[in-house]
Amino acid sequence: MNHSISLTVNGVRRAIALSDLRVTLLDLLREQLHLTGTKKGCDRGQCGACTILVNARRINSCLALAVSHDGADITTIEGVARGDELHPLQAAFIAHDGFQCGFCTPGQIMSALGLINERQAGYDAERIREGMSGNLCRCGAYAGITEAVLEVQKNLAETEERRVV
Amino acid sequence: MKSFDYVRPASVSDAIAAASLPGAVYLAAGTNLLDLMKGGVSRPDRLIDVTRLPGLDRIEPLADGGVRIGALVRNADLAHDPAFAKSYPAVVEALLSGASAQLRNAATVGGNLLQRTRCAYFYDVASACNRREPGSGCDAHHGENRLHAVLGWSDACIATHPSDLCVPLVALDAVVEIEGKSGRREVRLEDLHRLPGEEPQRETVLAPGDLIVALKLPAGARNFSGHARYLKVRERTSYAFAVVSAAACLSIARGEIAEARIALGGVAAKPWRARAAEKLLAGTPDAENFRRAAEAALADAKPSGDNEFKIELARRIVLRALTLAAAGTPERIAALPASPFSTQPGALHDA
Repeated sequence: MNHSISLTVNGVRRAIALSDLRVTLLDLLREQLHLTGTKKGCDRGQCGACTILVNARRINSCLALAVSHDGADITTIEGVARGDELHPLQAAFIAHDGFQCGFCTPGQIMSALGLINERQAGYDAERIREGMSGNLCRCGAYAGITEAVLEVQKNLAETEERRVV
Repeated sequence: MKSFDYVRPASVSDAIAAASLPGAVYLAAGTNLLDLMKGGVSRPDRLIDVTRLPGLDRIEPLADGGVRIGALVRNADLAHDPAFAKSYPAVVEALLSGASAQLRNAATVGGNLLQRTRCAYFYDVASACNRREPGSGCDAHHGENRLHAVLGWSDACIATHPSDLCVPLVALDAVVEIEGKSGRREVRLEDLHRLPGEEPQRETVLAPGDLIVALKLPAGARNFSGHARYLKVRERTSYAFAVVSAAACLSIARGEIAEARIALGGVAAKPWRARAAEKLLAGTPDAENFRRAAEAALADAKPSGDNEFKIELARRIVLRALTLAAAGTPERIAALPASPFSTQPGALHDA
């Protein structure tokens, strides 16, 4: 049976025909839309490499059935930079050595964006580590990742203070 | 993954009709179901997608002072609802100690209740498992079973229920609202899950087509808000299922315990309410009483394999949860929710 869904992916609305109902958002992004920045690590919700934003919330795209997300607004790592200008979080990951092999990095960055949107961690390394525990890094770049997220949180906090003043 | 038909019903009654047919299962976020389907553990013919059913995603105060939580409320939304967190802090601590932020953003409250065991032999379709395939045997009995049940298990099955959320909920007398072929009914959460006995494949009291539409907490559950904790021992600090966990909720007036609630997680095929232990706690909140209650909570426990350590661990976590609950609910949820540890030496875990 052929199902059609509509998704907004990185700001562009797209009509998508699903030839197989078993397809997850992860496989749809990678195989059908050729957005291969989102990575397939465990494919079972345990590693976080497939993290994307759906309606501005971070989720594991490997455990999300595409057909059930008709109408969703999706942001992937490809939608984060503005042209050649890196998102501050991407720049911070580079500045703080927040990766080595890079396989988990798109998921880490999307998860960190979600974490910042959620406004629960603040400028607190322990809360950031806890909030990022759904993303594994086999190279063990956790210290750099935490520093990168802390820096962006801090800059955001300062920007907001300026706005208030 | 086996192919399936997909149905997205517009109403609860349409959903029940569709799900009453053999081979049909409900799909909410799918964070557990999809995983099971990928592994061939669950092989449904038809998914009934309930995520668009109207009105099931609300947290509503009830006229009698209780609260009604729609089955489609996401774990993260419930945990971050300020009014809910103020009234039911142990429930929030349990929610935030479960899974990862990504999963909590997707997973629903109704789905949490109905998640399946994490027993490795249940997940491995090449293994014998009476829960997955009735009559095939139980490879966990002579396998890796250090994390298996110490209460309420049977020769047929020694699996545990993995939910954190259910533990404080069962302590606080939560009620499950169910819509089925013969209308609406309410079941105490404590009675929703069945112990394995001879039929571990019958995991709950739900009948085909039954749909959990909401959870209710009675007004009395708020009496514990000042002294309520959930503690969970894991094999790593975060993003792991409980080895053992405990919810301790005390209602303290003029220095005396008026009422106590205790429930345990990771010890049985259902969230385990420890009523005998609760009865011992009326009176002064002191260490000796807490110790006696912890003993009573595990009085009937027996190892089902290499897991005798869980019994002593559970006693200690009950004692610790009671001690922390008596000290008072922290102003802010701990940086590492429900953890008895801190990653930074010398740091307070609820700083």
